[in-house]
Amino acid sequence: MSERAIDLMKPQMQGLLAKHLRFHIVGAFPASLGVAAFCKFAVAKPRKKAYVDFYRNYDSMGDFEEMKKAGIFQNAK
Amino acid sequence: MWGPPLTYHMFFRAAWSLALRKGGPGIREMHNPGSAAHSKEKMPPYTNYHAQRSYPMPDEPFCTELNAEQRALKEKEKGSWTQLSHDEKVALYRLQFHETFAEMNRRSNEWKTVMGCVFFFFGFTALMIWWQRIYVFPQKPITLTDEWKAQQLQRILDMKGNPVQGLASRWDYEKKEWKK
Repeated sequence: MSERAIDLMKPQMQGLLAKHLRFHIVGAFPASLGVAAFCKFAVAKPRKKAYVDFYRNYDSMGDFEEMKKAGIFQNAK
Repeated sequence: MWGPPLTYHMFFRAAWSLALRKGGPGIREMHNPGSAAHSKEKMPPYTNYHAQRSYPMPDEPFCTELNAEQRALKEKEKGSWTQLSHDEKVALYRLQFHETFAEMNRRSNEWKTVMGCVFFFFGFTALMIWWQRIYVFPQKPITLTDEWKAQQLQRILDMKGNPVQGLASRWDYEKKEWKK
């Protein structure tokens, strides 16, 4: 395992922090936007749709009667 | 800044090597099969030389007892380094340092031992907890018995808890069973 100096690449000697910062700051924007977009389309949109669908034809009085029949209310028997 | 952590590190290294000494070269061979460095250098804890990736420039050179040839080489080192041949430079490096960076940072098989011991103790803990559950734990409180839990669930379904996306939305109220 004898590597002569000629065969090895010289490593980067300066600007390491700047390189690290640039990579991460520039990468943070698409990463966070991507995560936000994913949350919006995979979580928020379906949830709003589920609520809209549930309440479109919701019979609140009928629901109340069912609950009353099941006997959970103290003051409405 | 490096003083106290390094002395603790050195102490544990010394204690560990002393413990290893009883088990011979067994574990070291297992962890690093086929490593080259088994020459007759001083092994810890009999030297003050400790190099690691985070502390790459130790206080003392690796070889302090030099024979005549090595002493002559050290004298030559005091002159111009362009006079040194490649092999002499390598020899000087080996006098100063035990291993190259590549050798020092080599991987090992230690992780297998570690994971094995971790899993072993997981299993041992599981057996202990099982025994405790049978012989030590008191009776369950009434709210954790199956009948009470069934009645509790029925009450939540009657109240239609979370009817949009949650629990009651998974219950079929006509067929009185969970939705498929």
